[in-house]
Amino acid sequence: MLKKREISAVELTKSIYDRIDRVENEINAFVTMNKEEALVAAEVANQRYKDGTAGPLTGIPLGIKDVICTKGLRTTCSSKILGNYIPPYDAMVMTKLREAGAVIVGKTNMDEFAMGSSTEPVWTGPTHNPWSLEHISGGSSGGSAAAVAADECLGALGSDTGGSIRQPAAHCGVAGLKPTYGRVSRYGLVAYGSSLDQIGPITKDVTDLAIIMNSISGYDPQDSTSVPREVPDYTAALTHGLKGIKIGLPKEYFISGIDPEVVTAVKNGVTELEKLGAEVLDVSLPHTEYVVAVYYVIAPAEASSNLARYDGVKYGFREKSPANLMDMYYQTRTNGFGPEVIRRIIMGTYVLSAGYYDAYYRKASQVRTLIRQDFEEAFKVCDVLVTPVAPTPAFKIGQMTDDPLQMYLSDIFTLSANMAGIPGMSVPCGFSSAGLPIGMQLMAGHFKEETLLKVGFNFESATGFHKQKPTREPSLRIPTKRSMLHEE
Amino acid sequence: MKISRAEVEHVAKLARLSLTEDQYAVFTPQINNILEYIEKLNELDTANVPPTSHAIPLSNAFREDEVKPSIGLDLTLANAPEKEGSTFVVPRVI
Repeated sequence: MLKKREISAVELTKSIYDRIDRVENEINAFVTMNKEEALVAAEVANQRYKDGTAGPLTGIPLGIKDVICTKGLRTTCSSKILGNYIPPYDAMVMTKLREAGAVIVGKTNMDEFAMGSSTEPVWTGPTHNPWSLEHISGGSSGGSAAAVAADECLGALGSDTGGSIRQPAAHCGVAGLKPTYGRVSRYGLVAYGSSLDQIGPITKDVTDLAIIMNSISGYDPQDSTSVPREVPDYTAALTHGLKGIKIGLPKEYFISGIDPEVVTAVKNGVTELEKLGAEVLDVSLPHTEYVVAVYYVIAPAEASSNLARYDGVKYGFREKSPANLMDMYYQTRTNGFGPEVIRRIIMGTYVLSAGYYDAYYRKASQVRTLIRQDFEEAFKVCDVLVTPVAPTPAFKIGQMTDDPLQMYLSDIFTLSANMAGIPGMSVPCGFSSAGLPIGMQLMAGHFKEETLLKVGFNFESATGFHKQKPTREPSLRIPTKRSMLHEE
Repeated sequence: MKISRAEVEHVAKLARLSLTEDQYAVFTPQINNILEYIEKLNELDTANVPPTSHAIPLSNAFREDEVKPSIGLDLTLANAPEKEGSTFVVPRVI
């Protein structure tokens, strides 16, 4: 539509802010708006359409998770401790998106420092699920997923350390991709669990995932974990037909205790894939039951180290009038961090402390090897693994905040992709009887994003779940049931 | 009990956190629950398993040691809670 000049980039951006004015007070998807700069970027985009230099993302309004540094635009991680932090530089993904001409709508809400599964940060308040306001949006990229689902932007970036792109995408009925570890530069991503973190897109459909991946992927010498490897045209993978694709169903992901509606939706999805020509077989990932235990050693350990930098000296929040330097550290950190972050810092410091390192961190890293090897074995016989994203649809806001272990256990199906560094994707595959979206997870071997995108593209073309919208008044004047990024 | 209230306090101190009594009362049992759950890992014999620190094997991510433009003093100090001239200011140490 932009290319055909049916709508200008400025009109599109303005209509997005109109939409935000109408729904944001109910959703709370954003921490900081970027309207002034966005309208300037949209003017530039208009010019690019006129002079023929526009690309697929030019003039497209995107939401950016508030864990990604944006030059001159406040970046808080939904934490009081970074409440006034204005990055002096752009993350590499931002440099790339700006070059592509994308319009940055604002910074999206998240669990504090990306630690959580529900986007219920204390400092910025919960993000509500557009499908049912009393339910969580998922986490930690809940603001990004809810903003996309509620048409407050056309696509978004999230980050995923243990499912934080895929799970909120599933709960909000949109698509999300966690790329292979090393595929997308993390330069400028505020660090949480450095051996697990990865940036990726959350969008209305799989084609949009491919378009954003084309823009943000690639080697960056500024990120020492970035992998020097050519970036394919991901949209070229979106071809019809799944003949020759082998789908593995890991039996450990279909155990009792999962909401039967979730199992039914995913199993129906598998039948659909079979109809499209894929071959389906049973596989086993025998160490699945240890995944949560491994993750909740490794992630807090890395977090406790990464978050040691918040000391109130150089940037961010500092408690007023401390008695001395030590007191300043104590007061700043104790009053600047919320409860989940404090819990994880304490756990992480404990498992790394003298005498416990071997029993916890080393042990967990060894079991991580076993988990990784499970995947290597599975991918010898299949191309893609299909599983639920979460054991239940979105739970209610406030339901799990008093029981962290219960909340951690809800991450069981998404954590392993981060342990193994493999790509994982979530696509909508149905709805619960209460009308909440259900997501299907697809996982493939390292750097096999194209296979995931192909399978996801075929699935959504055949089923159309991604075209269903929350029953909020459709107030955008553009037809948002289809993507703005590509023609159908 | 995997971890006592005193140990939680000790670890909090290492991390420069000073919790209230109420917070210790909440966090100590929660952290105990989590650590007890993590005990599960001891069901596995990992004596001969090498640890994974990064999922993608990459070694020697070196680059040339070149001088590049930096962000400069003004931007560096722009976010400082307290500054004076070209320095960050903190409470008296000595």
